[in-house]
Amino acid sequence: MSTLKILVIDDEPGIRSGISRILRNFRVDYPFMEEAFDFEVHEASTGEAGIELIEKDKPDILLLDNKLPGIQGIEVLEYIRKKQMNIIVVMITSYASLELAVKATSDGAYDFIPKPFTPQELKSSIENITKRVFLKKMTNKLQETGKQIRFQFLSVLSHELKAPLNSIEGYLQMIKERQAGPQLESYDYMVDRMLERIKGMRTLILDLLDLTKAASGKGKRDIRELNLVDIANTAIDTMRPYSIQKDVKLNLHGNDTVKIMADSEEMEIIFNNLISNAIKYNKEGGTVDCTISENGNCVEILVEDSGIGMNPEDITRIFDDFVRIKTEKTRNITGSGLGLAIVKKLIDTYMGKIEVTSQPDKGSKFKVKLPIDKPCS
Amino acid sequence: MSTKNKLILIVDDDQDYLYQMKTRVESFGFQTLLAESQKEAEELIEKTKPDLAIVDLMMENEDSGFILCYKMKKKYPEVPIIIATGVAAETGISFDINDENNRKWIKADRFLEKGIRKEKLKEEIDKLLIKINS
Repeated sequence: MSTLKILVIDDEPGIRSGISRILRNFRVDYPFMEEAFDFEVHEASTGEAGIELIEKDKPDILLLDNKLPGIQGIEVLEYIRKKQMNIIVVMITSYASLELAVKATSDGAYDFIPKPFTPQELKSSIENITKRVFLKKMTNKLQETGKQIRFQFLSVLSHELKAPLNSIEGYLQMIKERQAGPQLESYDYMVDRMLERIKGMRTLILDLLDLTKAASGKGKRDIRELNLVDIANTAIDTMRPYSIQKDVKLNLHGNDTVKIMADSEEMEIIFNNLISNAIKYNKEGGTVDCTISENGNCVEILVEDSGIGMNPEDITRIFDDFVRIKTEKTRNITGSGLGLAIVKKLIDTYMGKIEVTSQPDKGSKFKVKLPIDKPCS
Repeated sequence: MSTKNKLILIVDDDQDYLYQMKTRVESFGFQTLLAESQKEAEELIEKTKPDLAIVDLMMENEDSGFILCYKMKKKYPEVPIIIATGVAAETGISFDINDENNRKWIKADRFLEKGIRKEKLKEEIDKLLIKINS
């Protein structure tokens, strides 16, 4: 439960006490957001007294009469606008002239309540405003140090870590209960699936370590001049057994003259991820072409495959954490959903770029641009 | 009233959970129909009307299960739906199906935690099937 502060500036005591009474036990609930608001009403009978209270109490909402004994309501509104205060102002007016309404709106009044008003009119106006305040607070909160994003990451992570455990536990339970009978062979499928899930979990843990490194951008970074063709060759050698198993041909194009200042381990992570994806999401008998070239002040790394490709909606999501494209064709492919997120974060730390083009059933092309010394044009 | 030979639709994007649930439900004597996504389930129910559905909450999207429930109830208002989820344990977000406010928008009949015991699952399925048959 949060409490919003409302300040009423009106010279009529009846209006002030009326508003206090109506809002005393009023609540606005948002069950979806697990949030509810109640209200604390403060009163001032003149604009001058009102401004003092505004400075002191910092209200969230101001209910403002225009016709006041000293300075007018519209001047209070101007004061708030000039000081760029974060207050939602509602004008209470008995005879709202069009002129006043226009002036008040351009000075930032959010709403008008005609005088006299019924309790219901006041409540529904306050309800609308509360919604606005709430949304504003939510947006501010989201922007605060990306906290929300971290929370989301952790909750998805725990889901991703628990899913394989639950699956393995489920199979073990079935085996314990001898659900497939006394024959040991009847359980082969379950054992294979458990081994597969354990493999997936191990990949996830390794990727998480890479991600932590990439996200912090610091650690023991060892920047030196590297020959990217050498690094690509190392990655291809690592992937060779996997490519043979999948019957995918690996080709490397490029010459030894392409050099870059970078951390070799980070470059390896980029190549490993792109090349292993190109094999993983390929077809039997397919090819992977890795091309390294220099273009102006940039190094371009191109990884092309003849695989299953992606549709345009999927392309927009693939660099997010834990995203895995789920289709009939990918159902037997395991992965952590972190590989490309890691690649993207690493490339960002080098002020580089990554672009994807893809066609379903034809293949995908990942183009990485890394600056040699100046940012890429 | 026999609940045997009833067709249970199971929807979950984790193929292992799907397999385990299918084995369990079939051991109770029911027939099963499987889908690995909200989309696949929607296609299946176009042609086939199950007697009950067990649906995972988070599939393609975080709320796939809710949307599927909504669509199913629109097509077959009488078919009971169980949402099986690990959400409460994982995120701390809890949905209470018995809460009046939630009932209005969550179109499921039961919420069950994924780790539910076999006997309890059987009991819940039977209860829901008997309710519609009486």
